Amino acid sequence: MGKRALLGAAAVALLVAAAYAAFFVAPTERTMGDLQRIFYFHASCAWAGLDAFAVCFIANLLYVWKRQGRYDWLGVSAAEVGLAFTTVVLITGPIWAKPAWGIYWTWDARLTSTFVLWLLYVCYLLLRTLVDESGRRALLSALFGIFAFIDVPIVFGAIRWWRTQHPAPVIMGGANSGLDPVMRKVFFFSVLATHVFMAFLIAERYALEKIRGEVEELREEAEAA
Amino acid sequence: MALLSNAAVLLGKEVRTEFRSRELLSTTVVFVLVVLVVFSFTFDASTSDSRRFGPGLLWMAFLFAASLMLQPSFLREQSNDTLSALRLAVSDPFAIFLAKIGANTLFLLVTELLMLPVFATLFNVPLGARLPLLLLTFFLGSLGTSIVGTALAAISAQAKMRELLLPLLLLPVLTPVLAASTEVTVGLMAADPVVKWKGLGLLGLFDVVFLTALWLFGEYLLEE
Repeated sequence: MGKRALLGAAAVALLVAAAYAAFFVAPTERTMGDLQRIFYFHASCAWAGLDAFAVCFIANLLYVWKRQGRYDWLGVSAAEVGLAFTTVVLITGPIWAKPAWGIYWTWDARLTSTFVLWLLYVCYLLLRTLVDESGRRALLSALFGIFAFIDVPIVFGAIRWWRTQHPAPVIMGGANSGLDPVMRKVFFFSVLATHVFMAFLIAERYALEKIRGEVEELREEAEAA
Repeated sequence: MALLSNAAVLLGKEVRTEFRSRELLSTTVVFVLVVLVVFSFTFDASTSDSRRFGPGLLWMAFLFAASLMLQPSFLREQSNDTLSALRLAVSDPFAIFLAKIGANTLFLLVTELLMLPVFATLFNVPLGARLPLLLLTFFLGSLGTSIVGTALAAISAQAKMRELLLPLLLLPVLTPVLAASTEVTVGLMAADPVVKWKGLGLLGLFDVVFLTALWLFGEYLLEE
């Protein structure tokens, strides 16, 4: 078995175990009941998505510095995977919000900033489709990726003043926050599972992009010759 | 110092080019006016509503106008094939950006200064005694818009569908500017004006952060 297949098997096994733990091991939450169990999936996907965007940012910086195709491939792979996870967050959020708040969506700080984050990376991928020459596409999208990622903390800060309806940070929050010890273990386990899954997806997407990039290079060479 | 004197010369060139034709400014001013009139159909522009929604609409009009106005920044250089000459002329390509940011901020501010009294009259919002702070807000907001907008105009000028691409890249990045400047403007235009220093601080922070980013990465945007 190749390395990627092993990673994939590990990711699937961990995800199944995390789902089992979220449904059967974690205790039922007092006020929300079973509904709260979506949080193990929702919050850990949000975490994995942000980390994928961080990988994209680092790849963008490395591309501008080193100008090697592989950083461009890593950048686009991480952006797409991050976008997929953020999409899951934006879908599981309303599923939870409808029974808990009575509405699917509210223009609350964290929801709005996640949406803006999602839009920024949609634009990043869109920009890539609109530049033909591969070197130029890599450079321009890397630069936009850098600007977009720098913008993320400012977006979160700016939108924070708006009254927030999203549950206050429970993990690493203030003094009175904190999870039940079992819930905490289950949560960190699902964070681990989603991160391994994220790494697997990025590795798969990278392999695909590598082939695509090499074909494109060959074609450009052939056209130039 | 060479950077600043280069930038000053280039700024003179940008401003001269614009004031010879005045194409950009007149079009932008009329565009904002049209948007304000169109907005008036979307809600009852009575005083209390205007005070609440007016500033947001005003800022949106300015951001839309900016996303169109910033297009020619680099397109003009491209169609006249003058960008390489500019790059050869200055020692630091950041001077080109500084000049364009300066010019774009100036054009935006002129538009805003012309449209602010019109907005106040049409939407029945008194500008009040907080005018200096209002001007500061508009300056910081326009500066941020120009910094990011000039950088992204350099990107979109090298892509397809550039007219559509620039607003698309620009508006999500500018959400903090829109949020902060609207908050501050609503506060300043309220019946009992309040100064939201946090918002002003955030606008300043945005400007500094993106100017630094452009200083670090700007030269790569102009690579041939």
